[in-house]
Order: sequence, then C-alpha cells, then structure tokens
Amino acid sequence: MLQTHYLIAGASHAALAALHAIRLYDAERPTTVVSRDDSLPYSPTVLPYVVSGRSQPERVFLRSEAYFEEQKIKYLRGAGVSSIAPERNVARLESGEEVAYAKLLVATGARPAIPPVEGLGDVRYHVLRSLDDALKLRRALPGARRAVVLGGGLIGMHAAENLAKAGVEVTVVEMRPQVLPGYFDAEASALIERAFARKGVRIYTGSMAVRAAPAASGCTLTVSGRGALAADLLLVAAGVVPATGFLDGTGIETDRGVLVDECMRTNCENIWAAGDVAQAKGFYGSEKVLNGILPEAVEQGRVAGMAMAGDPALKGYPGGVPINTYTFFGRQALSVGADMAPGNGVEVVKRDGDDRYLKIVLRDGRLQGIFGIDVPFDPGIMWQLILRRTDVSAVKGRFVENPRETARVLMSRTWR
Amino acid sequence: MGAYDTIAFRADKCDGCNACMVACAQAKTGGGDTARSRIQVMETDEGAFELALCRQCADPKCVLECPAAALAKNAETGTIEWSDAQCVDCLLCTVGCAYGGIAHDAVAGHVVKCDLCGGDPACVKACESGALEYLTTSRLYNEVGDLEDLFVPGLAGCQGCNTELLMRHTLRRVGPDTVLATPPGCVPGMGSVGYNGLTGTKVPVFHPLLTNTASMLAGVRRYYKRQGRDVTCMALAGDGGTADVGFQSLSGAAERGEEILYIVIDNEGYMNTGMQRSGCTPYGAWTSTTPVGPEYRGKTQDAKNLPAIMVMHNCEYVATASTAFMEDLYRKLDKAIAASKRGFAYLHVYSPCTTGWRFPSQMNIEIARKAVECNFVTLWEFDPAEGLHLTNPVDRPAPLAGYLEALGKYRHLSGEQVAHIQSWIDRNVAFVTKLAGEAQRGAAPAHA
Repeated sequence: MLQTHYLIAGASHAALAALHAIRLYDAERPTTVVSRDDSLPYSPTVLPYVVSGRSQPERVFLRSEAYFEEQKIKYLRGAGVSSIAPERNVARLESGEEVAYAKLLVATGARPAIPPVEGLGDVRYHVLRSLDDALKLRRALPGARRAVVLGGGLIGMHAAENLAKAGVEVTVVEMRPQVLPGYFDAEASALIERAFARKGVRIYTGSMAVRAAPAASGCTLTVSGRGALAADLLLVAAGVVPATGFLDGTGIETDRGVLVDECMRTNCENIWAAGDVAQAKGFYGSEKVLNGILPEAVEQGRVAGMAMAGDPALKGYPGGVPINTYTFFGRQALSVGADMAPGNGVEVVKRDGDDRYLKIVLRDGRLQGIFGIDVPFDPGIMWQLILRRTDVSAVKGRFVENPRETARVLMSRTWR
Repeated sequence: MGAYDTIAFRADKCDGCNACMVACAQAKTGGGDTARSRIQVMETDEGAFELALCRQCADPKCVLECPAAALAKNAETGTIEWSDAQCVDCLLCTVGCAYGGIAHDAVAGHVVKCDLCGGDPACVKACESGALEYLTTSRLYNEVGDLEDLFVPGLAGCQGCNTELLMRHTLRRVGPDTVLATPPGCVPGMGSVGYNGLTGTKVPVFHPLLTNTASMLAGVRRYYKRQGRDVTCMALAGDGGTADVGFQSLSGAAERGEEILYIVIDNEGYMNTGMQRSGCTPYGAWTSTTPVGPEYRGKTQDAKNLPAIMVMHNCEYVATASTAFMEDLYRKLDKAIAASKRGFAYLHVYSPCTTGWRFPSQMNIEIARKAVECNFVTLWEFDPAEGLHLTNPVDRPAPLAGYLEALGKYRHLSGEQVAHIQSWIDRNVAFVTKLAGEAQRGAAPAHA
C-alpha cells in the first residue's frame, strides 16, 4: 500500500495552493497528489479559452513535472479517489489501489449540474468542466450552425460569446430573470445582455428548458414560453455541484458541499476540504456557503495547507466573499462582495450612463460590495477593504467619484 | 532562493511631480499618457502621496490566481513575468493583488505590470526628490549569505543590540584568515573572548588592554607578514577604548602606517561598564557620569570628531558608516579590507545602544537611519589619492527633534541645549563639506 503523509485529492487551484502552503512550512514529508485527470494540473476557468482557441491546450498547465520533482511531490494522473475509510486513514483509488495517509485534503472540485430536463439523456450535449470536455466542444464548433446554451452563468456566457464569434447562431436559456445572477444586479446584467444582443446572441431569461428530443441534426429543445428551439450543438452550463459522491457513507459531514470549519477541517480527524467541493463560512453571515470561485479556492487551499502542516502563522479563514471578473467582447465587468437591499444602515450609490455602470454598497461606512462595468478598479484591493472592514466614510465622496485611486490610497497607507 | 533588487518608495520625500509616471509611460508605451504608467502615485486629501506598484512579491498571489499559467516569478531576477501568449484577459490576477500592482490597460487591451525595466527602472532614474530608490542590497544577502558565520550562535548582547550585526557581518566578510583583537567593551562582553576556555569566534581572538589594541595588533600583523602569511588583523573596539584610553597606541599605529583594519563601534560611551561618558558622547547626553538632576543636565562638552582626527593621520583609508546603510557599509568594508594590506585602515561605525541610549529594542536600525537623515551623523570616506567625499549627502535634513525625541538620553534637553546640538551639527557638516570641497579643488590641477 502506498504510504504518504499528505494526500491531496484533486489538482486544481485549491490543491495547488495547499501544496504550496505545505511546502513553505514542511519541505520534506512525503506528499502525494491524486488527480482524476490524465494530465498535469489545469484550471477549469481556462477551459472556455481552450474552446475558443485563445489558449493552446498544451500551454494551460499550472505546474510542470519538474515542479513536482523539485518539491518531492508524487503526482498520480488518472487516479480519482473512489472512497475513503477515515477510521483507517486510507483512501481507495478508482484503480482499486489504496493509499494510506496521515492527513488528507479533499479538493475534488465540482461536477457540472445536469438539470432535470425530460429527454436530455437521449440527446447529445456538451458540458465544460474538464480539458477533455473543452477539446470535444472545440472539435464540435466548426460543424455547428445553431447552438443552445443552457445556463447564463460565467461558463455559459463565455461559451455563447465564443460561439457567436465563430459565426454560430446562439441562444442562451437562463432560468432566472437575468444572466450572471449573484454577481451583477438586474441593471448591470441588462447592460451585458444588450451587448450580447447587439452581437446577435439571443438571451431567454426567466425561461426553462422542459423537454429535449433528438432531431436530424442535433436536437430540438422545448423552452417554457419560447416554443421549440432547434440546435445542432447543445451546451449544458447550468452551474456545478460539489463532487462529494465518493464521500457517501464515510461519516464526513456534507450539506451541499463538504462542511468545514475556519481551518478547512471536516468533522473527521485528519481530513480537510477546500475549493469548490467545500462549504465554508461566508463573510457576510454565520451560515456556511458554497463559493465556487477561483480566488476562494486559492484562499481555502492555502488555509487548509497551513493547517495540515501545522504552520503556526495560520490565521483562520475570514469567510467567503463573492468575487468575479468577467470580460465580454473586450469589455470588463467586475464584481466584488455582496449586493444588499437599501435600509438598515445599507447605502447604495449608483453611477451609470454611456454604457458604463458602477454600484457601490456601503454599510455603516464600510464597503460591502462594488460592481462595475467598464469602470476600472482593483478587485484585490476592494476585497481587502471588505475583509478588513476599512472605514471609508471619511473619503466617501472621492471613493464614489474615483474608486480605483481612492482605494489605492487607502491600501497604500495601510500597507506602509 | 536568493534575495532580489527592488524599488523602494519613501512617501515623505515624494513631491508629486509625476516624473516617474511620465518616464514609465514613455518607456513602456512610447507616449506620455501617465494613466498607462505601471507606477501610479496618488495624492491624498492631506496632500501626501501614496503608491500603487507591483511589489514583485516573494509569494505572489497573482500567480496563484492565474488560471492560464500566464504569470510566473522569475527565480533569477525575482520579477513576476507576464506572458502575452498565455494570458486570456480574465483579470483574475487583479483579484489576487492587494497593491494595485497589476491592472488592465484599456489601450493595450490586457493587464500590465512593472517589470523593473530589466534591472534599470526608468521611474527611479526620473525621480529627483529621492522618493524612489532602486535598492540593490540583495547583493549582500546573495553574496554574504553563503559565507561562513564566524561567531558563535549564542551571544550575551542586550536585546536589539546591533553590535552583534556588526560582528557577524564584518567577520563573514573578512573571512577565516583573520586575527581579531577585541579590547574591553561590549564585543568581548558579548562573548568574543569566550567562556570556559573556548573562544566565541572561529578565528583567533585576543583581548588586549584598553590602551594597547592598535600596537598589539600591529605586532601580530608584522609577525605574520614576516612568516610570509597574509593575515587580516582586525580590531573591533568601542569608542571609549579608541578615542580616549586607546588613543595614543591608535595614533602611533596610524602614523607608522601599520597594516591593520581598525573598526570602531561607536555607541557614544562606555556602555559595557555601566554607561559612562566617553570622548565620543555628544553634548547634552545623559550617561551615568553626566547625570541629569537639578544641577547637571547631561554632558557639557561636545563629542570629538574622531574619524576626522584619523583623516589627519593620513591613513590609507578612513570612513564613517551606519548599520542603517548596509550597502554603503559593505562597500566601505571592502575598501577598508583592501587598504589594510597597504597601510592603516580605519572604519568608524555609528552604533545606537538600546540600553544606554534608552529606546525600544526594535528601533535600533531606525534610530541609526534617523541619525544620518538629520545629519547628526555624516557618512563619508577618505583616502589619500581621492581625498574626502560624502557618500550619502543629505540635502534636505530631517528635523533634529525627530532624532532627539526618540532617545531617552536626551529627554531632559532644554531648547538652548537643542540649539547647541544643532549648531554643532551645522559646524560638523560645514567642516566635512569643506574638506570634501577642498579635496576636489585640490585634485583638479592634477587632472588639468
């Protein structure tokens, strides 16, 4: 049986950040990474760019073989974890091989959510979560003329843009009343939707695919209130769900994801979880939330790695903040923090016009969230101002007028 | 992993002239649009200035947050490098950076960041106020870090004492072929002469009398020279043992041109024996023998300018140095080591004393820096060929009060006493500047 001190299940951002944190503190103990992909580590976030051809698939890898060799890390490809026996400190791989660990990090990410659409199982459709998915979708692009994208989240909107640029007639079907829900309010989303409409992309919000049926070339999709849509390419991008199936029956507590404390520790001894698979505390409330975004995967991975290695410099996870950077047709949409309804100390400042948009949400003089389209600011600084609960009331006027410069002044002063 | 060179920003020196931004925009975009500069200086509501610039972090978060492997830290230069071919314009790197060091350039259509201009930053060259400085101190870490530490790991120094720093740095640099003399004072007090029959150094060390350090060392050097061995003979002595008690042997050795390296650790008094005043104790300072009470208000005489006295001995090399300016100190140390093979080399290092000067132990280097910034201490060097020149001229000295108020030994000073110290500083600066100026004028005909 393979013996290792640290076992990392998964090989994307949370796993890599954890490895980095572990090796900063503990350069020696045997460390093993098991990845279900048969490749070097990559980010799901880069996949839309692989589809569009912007990224060459052989250049997206986040670490080289040399890195694992230098850091004395055993990297096993094509080695998904099929089950865990926490009472024995053993993980079983899909190959049947067992790995004994002292400390385990579950960073298995998420899988595409497949909506319960009648007949969906009978038609060919794409998802976009792995490099294989991306390459398949890329190969399907040249033959496509009419595409339907189920889901107006980040992956769906990226794919829709790429398809439109490739000359494909695209329709996006989004269940909720707007695209990119959770990151942009209705007004900002409407601005984004208009940009897509100008490029010929149809967006059906508040619509649900109810039935799918095979057709001569591709499929026919029945959409509530919109009738039938013919598609020779169907992409299901209806969000993701944490990949926790293999934990059933292990005693590891899950809700929607794996429940973890402020140090990313699960209820089981010697087992941590981080990234898209984890459900950790949110910054704005006491409940534990899913926050499947890259920056939080890095943050959670770092915390988990430090906790696993016993690094005394560890400070607990401050709580997840929703963050997004989204580029569409060469324009920039940035979203940091929470949108909140006005009242109860919450103040909302808006500025727009000329297709630009800025919304700032303050509560008791502290930044809660900032959302902009084509208004430049530094998301990393805004994130810190939120986490540090920096009082911006003294410079509020200037902040609203020029958020980038004002926030930079605040941070520069804090850092010095 | 080594240390790297870096751009430092001193906000108090910045006057907001924007020359750095113009230079950067010019260098990186070929135009004058400062909005596209990769260094951004912002004015605060109070009229001060703040900075947004890539810090070339040691543990860069922008790199960890890049999904496309487009950012990487160059292990050789320390610069975080961006790859156009791999960047997908997702802007996630800007989420990782809390300094505003990587940002989207709308004209370029992608993120841009400082690349230190390959080690010769345009912004620094354009900065006239001295607010931006390109620090190449990493050289010390990279070069000296691998040299053997020739002192024992444990030392009996006071908390925050920078004599330890000096002992370790100088011995590392001088190397194992050295004989060390440490007359009574803090250096042997901290353990150079050792315990229980073992020395505190990995080189031969001896403990001369306060009076005869230079003459004993001169003898040791002559002996080894006669044996045909090139041994560096170095003294690490206090200011009391040098300026007062040991002065006649020092003066004699210097006058004879003995080939020794004499380093003074000037903490302005006999600190090891209970903080008595020395000839180097400044006017107004409290010591245990210049007490402060209803009658006495600290020392009533000025400190003697010992390094200037050594210049008049026509030594092979004389310099003043400070641990707050390590690059300068190392440069001078290298010159002094070389000079000690030809004649008498003298290095005078100002060394704040946490215990005797009464300031918090974590402030030592800061105090040393303040002393230079207000001209209380001037940094210069002298050799017979080039004469004297200032190595760190301070054109706009910081207020003296900032230095005096940081030190408990000056807490009692009256306005009159402060004025006296200020006039002493002005005289010293004028004197050294004049020496430097005359040296230059004197040298001119030789080149003509």
